[in-house]
Amino acid sequence: MSAHALILAGLDGDRTWRLQDYVARGGYEALRRVIAEKTPPEAVIAELKNSGLRGRGGAGFPTGLKWSFMPRAFPGDKYLVCNSDEGEPGTFKDRDILRYNPHAVIEGMILGAWAMGCTRGYNYIHGEIFEVYQRFEEALAEARAAGLLGQNILGSDFSFELFAHHGYGAYVCGEETALLESLEGKKGQPRFKPPFPAAYGLYGKPTTINNTETFASAPFILRLGGQAFLELGKPNNGGSKIFSVSGHVSRPGNYELRLGTPFAELLEMAGGVRAGRKLKAVIPGGSSSPVLPADLIMDCTLDFDAISKAGSMLGSGAVIVMDETTCMVNALERLSYFYHEESCGQCTPCREGTGWLYRVVHRIEHGLGQPGDLDLLRSVAGNISGRTVCALGDAAAGPVQSFIKHFGDEFAYHIEHKKCLVSPMVQEAGRQIHVSRPC
Amino acid sequence: MLSQESLQQIDREIAKYPPGRKQSAIMSALRIAQVEKGWLPKEVIEFVAAYLGMPPMAAYEVASFYNMYDLEPVGRHKITVCTNLPCALSGGVYVADYLKQKLGIGFNETTPDGKFTLKEGECMGACGDAPVLLHNNHRMCSFMTTERIDQLLAELEKQ
Amino acid sequence: MLEIEIDGKPVQAPDGSTVMDAATLAGVYIPHFCYHKKLSIAASCRMCLVQVEKAPKPLPACATPVTNGMKVWTHSEAAVKAQKGVMEFLLINHPLDCPVCDQGGECQLQDLAVGYGGIHSRYQEEKRVWVNKNYGPLISSDASRCINCTRCARFTAEIGGMMELGQAFRGDHAEIMSFAGRAIDSELSGNIIDLCPVGALTSKPFRFSARSWELSRRRSVSPHDSLGANLIVQTKHDVVKRVLPFNNDRLNECWLTDKDRFSYEALTSEQRLTQPMAREEGEWRPVSWQIALDFITCALGAAARDRGGETIGALASPHATVEELHLLQKLMRGLGSENVDFRLRQHDFRGDAVRAGAPWLGMNVVDIHDLDGLLVIGSFLRKDAPLLAQKVRHSALRHGLQVCAVGPNGEDWLMPIAARALVAPADMVATLAAVAVALAEETGKPVTSALAERLPAVISAEARAIALSLTGEKTAVWLGNLAVQHPRAAELHLWAQEIARLAGAALGFVGEAANSTGGYLASATPGANGLDARAMIESPRRVYLLWGAEPDLDFADGAAAMAAFGGAQLVVAASAFDSPALREVADVLLPIAPFTETSGTFVNCIGDAQSFSAVTPPLGETRPGWKVLRVLGNLLDLTGFNQNDSEAVRNEALSGDFRTRLDNAIGDVPAAQIPETLAQPQAGRLQRVADVPIHFADPLVRRAPSLQKTADAALPTARMAAATLAALGVKAGDTVRVTGSGAVELPVVADEGVAPGCVRIAAAHASTVALGPMHGELSVERI
Repeated sequence: MSAHALILAGLDGDRTWRLQDYVARGGYEALRRVIAEKTPPEAVIAELKNSGLRGRGGAGFPTGLKWSFMPRAFPGDKYLVCNSDEGEPGTFKDRDILRYNPHAVIEGMILGAWAMGCTRGYNYIHGEIFEVYQRFEEALAEARAAGLLGQNILGSDFSFELFAHHGYGAYVCGEETALLESLEGKKGQPRFKPPFPAAYGLYGKPTTINNTETFASAPFILRLGGQAFLELGKPNNGGSKIFSVSGHVSRPGNYELRLGTPFAELLEMAGGVRAGRKLKAVIPGGSSSPVLPADLIMDCTLDFDAISKAGSMLGSGAVIVMDETTCMVNALERLSYFYHEESCGQCTPCREGTGWLYRVVHRIEHGLGQPGDLDLLRSVAGNISGRTVCALGDAAAGPVQSFIKHFGDEFAYHIEHKKCLVSPMVQEAGRQIHVSRPC
Repeated sequence: MLSQESLQQIDREIAKYPPGRKQSAIMSALRIAQVEKGWLPKEVIEFVAAYLGMPPMAAYEVASFYNMYDLEPVGRHKITVCTNLPCALSGGVYVADYLKQKLGIGFNETTPDGKFTLKEGECMGACGDAPVLLHNNHRMCSFMTTERIDQLLAELEKQ
Repeated sequence: MLEIEIDGKPVQAPDGSTVMDAATLAGVYIPHFCYHKKLSIAASCRMCLVQVEKAPKPLPACATPVTNGMKVWTHSEAAVKAQKGVMEFLLINHPLDCPVCDQGGECQLQDLAVGYGGIHSRYQEEKRVWVNKNYGPLISSDASRCINCTRCARFTAEIGGMMELGQAFRGDHAEIMSFAGRAIDSELSGNIIDLCPVGALTSKPFRFSARSWELSRRRSVSPHDSLGANLIVQTKHDVVKRVLPFNNDRLNECWLTDKDRFSYEALTSEQRLTQPMAREEGEWRPVSWQIALDFITCALGAAARDRGGETIGALASPHATVEELHLLQKLMRGLGSENVDFRLRQHDFRGDAVRAGAPWLGMNVVDIHDLDGLLVIGSFLRKDAPLLAQKVRHSALRHGLQVCAVGPNGEDWLMPIAARALVAPADMVATLAAVAVALAEETGKPVTSALAERLPAVISAEARAIALSLTGEKTAVWLGNLAVQHPRAAELHLWAQEIARLAGAALGFVGEAANSTGGYLASATPGANGLDARAMIESPRRVYLLWGAEPDLDFADGAAAMAAFGGAQLVVAASAFDSPALREVADVLLPIAPFTETSGTFVNCIGDAQSFSAVTPPLGETRPGWKVLRVLGNLLDLTGFNQNDSEAVRNEALSGDFRTRLDNAIGDVPAAQIPETLAQPQAGRLQRVADVPIHFADPLVRRAPSLQKTADAALPTARMAAATLAALGVKAGDTVRVTGSGAVELPVVADEGVAPGCVRIAAAHASTVALGPMHGELSVERI
């Protein structure tokens, strides 16, 4: 599927997700070795630290460090949670990992449980990919039947129970504390931090939460060695990373690359901008990350540091590509609608502000913009940013700020002329491509 | 209120959580109840809440927070179309328009024969397959061109 | 202690404080909406954002823990910018209807908008509108004004104990509501009106009747339950318009029960007695005070002189003031009668001979917080003493207090119950004895030798579980109203004392009414050779003085009381209210002031003597009760009736260190011959369990119209467990004929919270008076 693939290597669509296939690819070797050799938990964590693995959910926090935060001596239950509540527009890697390589996630979680002394784990799976949830349940059953999960794993005195839990349509549950609330059977409203989950997590117990891809990387790190994984990427950006490419490309899909690969290479792998059109803008790390115009992104390499330097975020590695037929006001309206609909409603700036942003952008898009609207949008976005319980507020404000920053002329044109700067004919041409595209 | 089979399914979900944490099964339990009943009338929510030993209002908060639960009756086939940016860039809005025209209904409406309900959905985490839609919450339909929509509707009509 | 700096001022704050706590200590006000000192922290309104050194973003003061050396600016440019931003968001969807909003003038949003709001709105889109809810007769909803602070929802879950309100939906569709549009039934519901920082939840009875700035505010004390919640009574033109809590951390904190809050409506009831009345030749006529008092003086004087003081009996309400009770007993004793009592629903007075002092809670309310174990015997705790129950609930939910109960009632107290012995009234003594034995085994201490012969052979699992719960360090044993009203109350007291001794627990009484402790201190109890409340009914007197009590509703056996009064030569009734029952049995009616129209004192369950002044002048010809009694004393030429004011009466009644007279100890009480009424019932006969429903409990609350529309004022039913119903061959919804000393017809309700073999039928209601005593056997048959 990609160059330098680990997680997505050796997969063949729906045909190779079962336990036997994963074992044939070297699966559960790392776990068998750790258990046979009784590798000390500290050593597992050290290997993770060496690998330079950074969280793949969007924040990019060093995984080994996170694992070391779990209180070692805590008596009683400690929990391990996998965040597969992937609903950030543009992001669809976890779905493929769970569809095609669920055992990599399971093995990664068991290794994490070993390293952190967790007794019980949950994989929280986005409700909209219910078929994937069902498959994950099957994979869990396979692992249990093979003695890889449950009491006395592989005959050792190490036990770990792992279950699947599904969401049912709430983007905000991808935020780790909202996810915990949801796991506890409540509305997914984020908790105020501190305390952090490592101290007060699921059911008030120490909990570590990692993204699906993060867990799926762990077996490979332990199999290959942290150093080898690190060297796949670049310093401080270890390993390979899955990029989800969507929008105006010829071959949308997931591509696993070394971190630090030039963006242009990814674009080429995805077949380039569809129909040979000109690249206009790219959202490089999921819808919450600031949009970058073509000239900026084309100079970037794909790693946490480079994208950050360009003024955006690598985030979850979700690359949304927009070509010249895209009206940026229309594009922002879609995103603002999303954040408005997905705000949990808990804290004032996000609850009230996301609706306000959407309504103003919607107004501009529909020819009812007024002079001063851009200042208003900037000001409202600024009043949301940094004032909310969780990052959804920032996520909602970010696109507004970056779209206006880079494509302010389109917005100004909309307000003044009550129509798009990108002519209707060009936009229509863009639409035709997709509606008739063969699958 | 719920069938024996549904209750057994709920019991299996409850078993996933530690003792005293039955409430964690609310999302699955509501999903199971919705599959049986087609939607979630208040009495069903109250029953599920009582089954899990939680206040009915806490269950209602959950049922109303997550948007795949239906608090109003829906048609036999609920079609949820993603119109978010990646899908929209790939024709998601057109898919919705095409469905509206074919079914003669708008978003949040049900055809007079009670067969189809159309909903606008948010990111389903399958943007690489855009445009996508969900049939009855659990079946993802990918790369929805006009031909594929026609096929899907024809298939569902027969059910 | 942590050292921090707020707005440049050094502040010391205890470990674990938040910035908000520290600011409060330093007297610095940080604007806020969702934060409330008694509720969990939501940190969601974001109004309390402050600037903290080294923090990249403003932080919510309510949720940010203080760290040593922290520097906080609450009014810096960055802080105010954040606060103003939040204020704008709060206002964009808030209606501009302050002129017609009941909260106007006492609205936190309005107040803070003055400081933080803009001059005009930048929001040009349509405002959100929500449909108003119907939360029942007490709480009015204006949903569109809601700012989603969730204080009300948190209150219902955390303090009320039942999540009656929640925030449904999400984003800017998020909306506070009850499940399925239900009314809020909590007996503490009115507190959400105080908690609501805007006009989304207001008082239905108070609605549109006054502006807050038009109201005079006076402190007072609740005349209802034994806690004596502190009140602010608000009046306009000498009419009570509203009652609010006065914060008292020893007692009610900032809460009130709905009864405390809404009973004021009765003060203007049409049933108020506003003029002395006398029956002449069967006709009721208004008379002047002078005529009325002259008549009474003559009649009482003559009765005492001619027939002896013992032919006169005085029965007073436990809701009467210390001053009234003191002067009443003094009057009686002056007339040569020891027949005075205020314990009108009590049946077993054997304890009087051996009790050491005035019964009380035996501990402070604030100490409930630290209890490890609590045994509640014979109590409808949640409805009898809602704020005590709330303290217990809080401690049970947050601090692991193990609550146990013994009694025939198992209704939901909205708290975890560690162990419960759901037993018929007849089995309660034996159950307590079993707990004592189990506790003796548990602790290795022997049962007191005096009781050693009465030990039960079988120790139930529940008794053992209860004993185990009482092995914690700090424990208490409480006797509730049902235990006090029980036919073997003295023995329950004795066994409770034994359990408390074995457990090292405090022994206490929940107390039925505002002056259940004060009545003892005022000596409104019979002396040697005097008759107690029961004896005065069972051996009818020629002359009765009824003080603030309703003859049919306030006695252990209303039917018997009515008969006794009906047969008397003379019944003088002093009351704030008129009633058909009073007119039936009385000869003279004297209008005495309810608590808002007189000064007075209640001694609550923790022995606090709480005095209050009148907040309005007496209505019509009404007079403060203590003045009426003082004048009567003078007219009767009795000594010691020359007090100039109520304080003098109080000082006389509560002279010295009256708290030393609080004592729950009881000497030995021989085991009773099992009263016939408590023998194991025959087929078709059930033991009565009688609660006094919260809104039937006293004359004032009975006449509060809004409270009478609540679920707590539902008509009495016959409640029985499923097994009991099956044995009788009746089912829920049937109507049954219940026969005690008389027969009534009642609908049947299935209730697993009633001990097997029992039927729970409320007392203190006209529809059940005919049944007679609050305990004993009833026959139940389907019709």
